[in-house]
Amino acid sequence: MSYKAKFKVWRGEGGEGRLEDFTVEVNEGEVVLDIIHRLQATQAPDLAVRWNCKAGKCGSCSMEINGKPRLGCMTRMSTFEEDETITVTPMRTFPVIKDLVTDVSFNYEKARQIPSFTPPADVRPGEYRMQQVDVERSQEFRKCIECFMCNNVCHVIRDHEENKPAFAGPRFLMRIAELDMHPYDVADRQEAAQEEHGLGYCNITKCCTEVCPEHIKITDNALIPMKERVVDRKYDPLVWLGNKIFRRPKS
Amino acid sequence: MTQTTPDASARRQRAQVKVRTLRADRWWLAPLLTFLGLSSFLVYGVWAILDGSYYVPSAEYIAPFASPCLATSCPEGARFLGLAPFGDWYTLPPGLLILGLPGGFRLTCYYYRKSYYRSFWLSPAACAVQEPHGKYTGETRFPLIIQNVHRYFFYLALVIGAILAYDAVLALVHTPLGLGSWILLLNAVLIFGYTLGCHSCRHITAGRLNHFSRHPLRYRAWTFVSKLNAKHQPLAWASMYSVMGADLYVRLVAKGIIAFPYA
Ligand code: SF4
Ligand code: SF4
Ligand code: FES
Ligand code: FES
Repeated sequence: MSYKAKFKVWRGEGGEGRLEDFTVEVNEGEVVLDIIHRLQATQAPDLAVRWNCKAGKCGSCSMEINGKPRLGCMTRMSTFEEDETITVTPMRTFPVIKDLVTDVSFNYEKARQIPSFTPPADVRPGEYRMQQVDVERSQEFRKCIECFMCNNVCHVIRDHEENKPAFAGPRFLMRIAELDMHPYDVADRQEAAQEEHGLGYCNITKCCTEVCPEHIKITDNALIPMKERVVDRKYDPLVWLGNKIFRRPKS
Repeated sequence: MTQTTPDASARRQRAQVKVRTLRADRWWLAPLLTFLGLSSFLVYGVWAILDGSYYVPSAEYIAPFASPCLATSCPEGARFLGLAPFGDWYTLPPGLLILGLPGGFRLTCYYYRKSYYRSFWLSPAACAVQEPHGKYTGETRFPLIIQNVHRYFFYLALVIGAILAYDAVLALVHTPLGLGSWILLLNAVLIFGYTLGCHSCRHITAGRLNHFSRHPLRYRAWTFVSKLNAKHQPLAWASMYSVMGADLYVRLVAKGIIAFPYA
């Protein structure tokens, strides 16, 4: 059941490069990453690709296959026609180191800008008591494997590089939402989400949700709820007035 | 953690792919269909607002686009609770008075925002397809920052939904019972399904809380709203076409074009 497939693979260092043509053997049950490895073994020994687990769990093998952000190790060859030419390129939003390997340090810089979990000063480790329903919402977000395909596909920075300093990307806006919803987190994150991390740039067009390999409902469950919390804080005069009059405790 | 390869200027560059997208599938189909769907609604809406036959006295049907009817020009039976708070001076079509409420609700809805940002503004038309605009600030500044008023439209939409349900009940208790009553009822149900699945509603019920366990009732409401919210997109389309269908049906009955027994 093997056949010869036509591939176009981006080759080059830094941003300079071009699509190179290959014809390569494909066997039953293989995924795109297997084919890239076969190219390395047979035709292009210096082809650079980042990978680790081959099980969709480490988030290393993010690439763009026929223009769509995908995990190379989770994209089955059987989803393509045998006569189809398959184009493989590095993630477009991040600088290229070599071939399919991009420099994703943008994401680590953004991660560092978010203050970590901040429990109340008088609760010591070991004293946390939480109900399952209270942490369920944030648990969805912890499935993230940090493949950064959501940040890669987001048009706010993909099509507008100049927005990078002002926008943390869906991955880290989701991190802010996760902490803001946490019953034991007392840091003030709503103002910062809008002013420092660029939540307002998101126009909820849901591409992050479309590409997430963990099927996290990033837009519906993290970004929009966070936008609503920001409205409470910044744009809703009645909530503001209510909080002034009743001095509601954080619930 | 951070990469430590030497900082050559070429390494600061992303892959210089010269095409807008490398997607090979029919990515343009969904935005095209959305564009046509939303446009058809706009065209129908303009016609319906200007059309005068919105009431069927013999069956107590009132077209959803004209309800509540608040002008003096509304026929006696069509007036909401018999009221006509707008005086004789108001001579424009009565539908114009209330148009802004459901209109503003849908215009600022998170789902409709996604659909028209994609299909009308192409920002982006589809995922991983480059948008045609040179600059982008999203919803950070005027005018799009106004989208944040959505929750107020939600409160008003609850009122409109209740009025449409009331209209349906009036038609249902009227004898003889006609097909139109059931159409109005179906429309009211879909409108409620859409309205209660709103993200602002989800936030108000309990989304804004961090301790669900301290608010069991609100948590249950949130669970219910979350289920509807997951269907918000299909409900947005279903209720848009049901309101259009019900409106057209009533007008065709009023014009005598639909005239079978029990219409
Ligand atoms: S929904 Fe928002 S964050 Fe996600 S891809 Fe779209 S614009 Fe970016
Ligand atoms: S949220 Fe999903 S797409 Fe984004 S980095 Fe995590 S796993 Fe990848
Ligand atoms: S190699 Fe780990 S996710 Fe693909
Ligand atoms: S009605 Fe769609 S989000 Fe509120």
